[in-house]
Amino acid sequence: MRYRLVVLLSLVAWLAAGAAGHAAPTTRSPEVTRALADLVGEDADRREAAVTVLGQTRDPKWIQFLEALRGGSVYARARAGATELVVGGTKGMRGDRDVIDIAGAYDREPLGTVPLADLKEVPADRRLRLVIKPFLDADETKAQLADPDPAVRLGAAVKLGNQAEVAAVATVEAALQKETDRWVRHALTEALGLIRLAHGSREERAAAARTLGEIHSASARDALGRLAAEPGASPTERDAARQAIRRLERWSLLTTTVETAFQGASLASILLLMALGLAIVFGLMGVINMAHGELMALGAYATFVVQNWFRAAWPERFDLYFAVALPVSFLVAAAVGLILERGVIRFLYGRPLETLLLTWGASLIVQQALRLWFGAANVDVSSPSWLSGGVPAMVGVTLPYNRVFIIGLATVSVAATYWLLFRTSAGLRIRAVTQNRAMSSCLGVRAGVVDATTFAFGAGLAGLAGCALTQIGNVGPSLGQNYIVDSFMVVVTGGVGKLAGTILAAAGLGGLTKGIEPALGAVFGKVAILVGVILFLQRRPAGLFATRGRNAEA
Amino acid sequence: MAEYARRGFLKGSLAAGAALGAGLGFPNVVRAQEMVKIGVLHSLSGTMAISEVSLRDVVLMAVEEINAKGGVMGKKISPTVVDPASNWDLFAEKAKQLLLQDKVAVVFGCWTSVSRKSVLPVFENNNGLLFYPVQYEGEECSKNVFYTGATPNQQLIPGAEYLMSKEGGAYKKFYLLGTDYVFPRTANKILRAFLLAKGVPAANIEEEYTPFNHQDYQTIVGKIKRFASGGSACVLSTINGDSNVPFYKEFGNQGLRSENAPIMAYSVAEDELRGMDTAALVGHLAAWNYFQSVENANNKKFVQAFKAYAKKANLPGGDKRVTDDPMEAAYFGVYIWKQAVEKAKSFDVDAVRKAVYGQTFAAPSGTIKMHEYNHHTYRPVLIGEIMKDGQFKIVTRTKGLVEPEPWSKYTSPDKGCDWVKHQGTYQKKA
Amino acid sequence: MPRRETLAVGLAAVVLVVVLPVCNALPADAPFAVSNFTLNLFGKFLTYAILALGLDLLWGYAGVLSLGHGVFFGLGAYAMGMHLMLEIGAKSVYQSALPDFMVWNQVTALPLFWRPFQSVAFTLAAIVLVPALFGLAFGYLAFRSRIRGVYFSIITQALALSAWLVFNRNEMNLGGTNGLADFKTVFSFPLHRPSTQRGLYVVTALTLVAAYLLCRWITLTRAGKVLVAIRDSETRVLFSGYSPAAYKLFVFVVSAVLAGLAGALYAPQVGIITPAKIGVLPSIEMVVWVAAGGRGTLYGSVIGAFGVNWIQSWLTTSYPDLWLLFLGGLFMGAVLFFPDGVVGALGRLLTRAHRVVAGQPDRAILDAPHPSQATHAMSRPPRSDK
Repeated sequence: MRYRLVVLLSLVAWLAAGAAGHAAPTTRSPEVTRALADLVGEDADRREAAVTVLGQTRDPKWIQFLEALRGGSVYARARAGATELVVGGTKGMRGDRDVIDIAGAYDREPLGTVPLADLKEVPADRRLRLVIKPFLDADETKAQLADPDPAVRLGAAVKLGNQAEVAAVATVEAALQKETDRWVRHALTEALGLIRLAHGSREERAAAARTLGEIHSASARDALGRLAAEPGASPTERDAARQAIRRLERWSLLTTTVETAFQGASLASILLLMALGLAIVFGLMGVINMAHGELMALGAYATFVVQNWFRAAWPERFDLYFAVALPVSFLVAAAVGLILERGVIRFLYGRPLETLLLTWGASLIVQQALRLWFGAANVDVSSPSWLSGGVPAMVGVTLPYNRVFIIGLATVSVAATYWLLFRTSAGLRIRAVTQNRAMSSCLGVRAGVVDATTFAFGAGLAGLAGCALTQIGNVGPSLGQNYIVDSFMVVVTGGVGKLAGTILAAAGLGGLTKGIEPALGAVFGKVAILVGVILFLQRRPAGLFATRGRNAEA
Repeated sequence: MAEYARRGFLKGSLAAGAALGAGLGFPNVVRAQEMVKIGVLHSLSGTMAISEVSLRDVVLMAVEEINAKGGVMGKKISPTVVDPASNWDLFAEKAKQLLLQDKVAVVFGCWTSVSRKSVLPVFENNNGLLFYPVQYEGEECSKNVFYTGATPNQQLIPGAEYLMSKEGGAYKKFYLLGTDYVFPRTANKILRAFLLAKGVPAANIEEEYTPFNHQDYQTIVGKIKRFASGGSACVLSTINGDSNVPFYKEFGNQGLRSENAPIMAYSVAEDELRGMDTAALVGHLAAWNYFQSVENANNKKFVQAFKAYAKKANLPGGDKRVTDDPMEAAYFGVYIWKQAVEKAKSFDVDAVRKAVYGQTFAAPSGTIKMHEYNHHTYRPVLIGEIMKDGQFKIVTRTKGLVEPEPWSKYTSPDKGCDWVKHQGTYQKKA
Repeated sequence: MPRRETLAVGLAAVVLVVVLPVCNALPADAPFAVSNFTLNLFGKFLTYAILALGLDLLWGYAGVLSLGHGVFFGLGAYAMGMHLMLEIGAKSVYQSALPDFMVWNQVTALPLFWRPFQSVAFTLAAIVLVPALFGLAFGYLAFRSRIRGVYFSIITQALALSAWLVFNRNEMNLGGTNGLADFKTVFSFPLHRPSTQRGLYVVTALTLVAAYLLCRWITLTRAGKVLVAIRDSETRVLFSGYSPAAYKLFVFVVSAVLAGLAGALYAPQVGIITPAKIGVLPSIEMVVWVAAGGRGTLYGSVIGAFGVNWIQSWLTTSYPDLWLLFLGGLFMGAVLFFPDGVVGALGRLLTRAHRVVAGQPDRAILDAPHPSQATHAMSRPPRSDK
């Protein structure tokens, strides 16, 4: 109990001292020297008092020292009869002895490298760390509010709001005057409102409640609820609180809807990206490619390799690796697809069940090969900085960059596919061979070449999907297994007559999954979708847009 | 038809004969007089290979070390490594093979509770001995298994306690998120009982499960965001393996930070972090009985030895391989067995079993001790914070060893596990 | 059935049902002794063979490829498993009448759908009826809407995935990921005794023989010929006045029942049943047994089931890294090089050898099936039965 009292008193004293401009203990005053001596002593209470003294100097260098103490890198060593405190840096080995670089406690001047055995660690146990924390926090937050990076300022503002201490009002208002970033202003206004709500007068509380409602502050929900239920509050306050809560609820409904819509679009784009290659290959060639998942895995591993190469050879431009990885994964997967097609699949046209089994066998081989080459464990693909984090679209809704990117990528891929199929002569040949193979052959179209290029293109799209998926999920040898059944559901639901079928199916399945997931949970939602697909196929046995005509029977 | 039938007859008998002949003569491992055989039962392919391959590696390393120093009671250890391929019925089959065909003296194996449960009857019916190195949900007390991994009170409870304490941030709302199988289910049952016993109101506890390999955490992270608005919320995560990556990524991308809503993970260790983009995880926490960053001489030796071993044996990853809690448990499991054999002066399972009780060993995490009667292990508890390089910064550590409680005092206060004074699980008198 | 074949089947039956168990009963150091482990392993392989028979009837003869037969296998196995769990009773860890997983899930009373499984008669009936009804429902919906070919295969995959997801859920009270395990007795016979295991083996072998005879009989009737016709060209059969949906449904239900029986015999011999046997991957593996062995010939599927699993046991012991490569290669080879399976390949080899010995001209070109013809290889009408 005593130490808590000490902390509280010292904090108040410190703030008061700051406000009144009293003389604080200076850098090398006798109190500080005594404090440093106490720190290495055995008495826990005196150690805590020592920390308080050092913190009260408000000297940034002592604050840094306290941080080192908390981190466990402060040591004591005997020097000329007295004990000297030093801060330890990097550790190393000289021969078989451990050595460490040390620096002075205050000025951090380097003092050389000494054996670890010569030093005695000054431990900071839980109690001591608790005493140190407020000094660090207060210092931290002020520094953070002045940081050039808006994300750091935002974090500081949120922390101040959560702490809701009356002492911080001045800091917050000062920061609000200077702030230009929209979201940081929002957080600061919110913090102000929360502090006023916790500590203000009646009018202030009512006004704060109204403000918080207006800015749609979700973090205020609990505090507003408490205010509305408080027996001592005036009717104005309670009304303001209740109204604010209603506004928050309406806003929450809006944000949930927007979020669900975005999530549905994101899932739909992922499904589309995965299923596009499969649909082309199945629709145009009747080949059901169970190795599709492994082609995606190959694209993902290609991304991993490109990332490693950038890390080793060109680290300053690391963020570019993803842009390079996209075409590389396309090409790698396309090449493997080509080999697969020319090597084995072309013997099995018109026999989808056999190609299904054949490609399943190929997928097992590719999987095990990946496992043997890269190891069974997942590999780490870091997101480039331009794909990390998200853009706050509105209060309470953050749209992750990587998902936005994938939506864009899916759109571009579909557009590119349409362009290829309907605006180029290669696409014309592909469509011709699909509709009537024999006739096209008679007209001089080389069916074999068309098959190979189409399969390679579909495989390349799979590789592209794999590259995109590295940003969202794991990269491991069994990456293909996770996505293969979903891809098939999309293709089968959409039918193979038109690409529009695949797009519609992806959109439908993605949207539906995300729509029912909040209600049924992830597992039963998925089961419901699968059962839905099965039932849907009763009505339309060949999918949304089936091929028609005499050649329809596979 | 006659030709068809004759062909059928000939083919059938050829094939059947070949199968029978080959089946009856299973590949026999050379039985040398100066060797003692042990079994290594870890998945080397399939979904669990990611985690279990490292356990096989560290057990083989321990065997190599022991053999270099002369073996056990003068006999060199010959490990029989089998691959149950993440297939639960193959686990049972391989266990039977190891015990009945190869007649091994001890088996080091298993990871998931399913695999352990599927081999348990085999070990119990044939009086085999299994050392199981992974954290698990408790509620088991088998005569033929030594559990060197953590029981719930050696991992789950200390993690939650840390977050509740002022030091850890004094969190008041807890989101219990796990993969849907027995360990998270039981873990959350125990955690919930613990939190309620500590006065946390039920409205401040949320529980949610996702299936294995779940990739899409958008909805769940949205729910956590709403739950955590207002501060003071944390996530206790028993999400398994693969699903961790998309979860942490989505968490970070939707704007949640480890300062405002930290995740305390119970199934994420250095080996899993190797395959993850750690940028999203920095600052989050984990609770284990060992971290690679533990500072003592034994651990330094252990880590160096393993990295050297990985490089020499050309394991994928080479000297970038890491060590973690289950690996440490597997490692000292081998040594404990060796010590017990030397104390009992015999390889017989019953003698060795009795000799294991109370054994101590200078493990990389510090000295550990085998419990005197409940087949589990005294271990220290450490809380670590994830750092950018995939290692943990240890933020707190219990002063001594924590006694294992296979039956949690929060959910089964009336049960105990004792093989010296009782026959395993017994009802405690009120 | 032709006489030669009857002889072959009879001989195989005697070896499986009589010789092996007798060898197992011999003391361990006798010259022909078969160890308990081996017999138990064979028992497991035989249950797989029963499943493969049904699958071959469905695929090899009717041309319907189901990638979800793990579901029916699981249904039968779970039915048996539920009864065995209830048999454990007070001998379990928690000493309660409820199965272990219910106790740690804090379920206080036995759920309604578990209760009937306490009776042996109901369990036996359920093993046959549950997969049958399920197969009937699913098949009816699918075949009536003329879902064919690849689409049908993919929706069986969807079925397998949904079943796997559902069985994995703890709320279903079926043991979740852990499944049902730790069986102690089967119909009051203690499971760990060698005599019980031997008995289970004999029952499995007898079931296999019976299943084989049933399937063979179906193929010899007129229905069998219609099935082959459906495989070759369904539209023509439709126009000839038959209802392909009815025939396909019949065979689908038969194969589902066989799968359920296989599962029910699998559970006590292996000692555990989990949703892992129900999902997408194991169901596809079941197909490769039939493909590798020889579809369109029933004994081919039996040999395939036996052979592939035995190789798996061997490879995962001796060369664990090679197993998946081998399996993948087997799939590919089974489709490309020996579409009528090992049996077919052996047959062609023997025929050629026979011709060489008899001095006849080499008709290799006419004998070897071209991959594009493989589906039709078995469609030549069989010669008369004498």
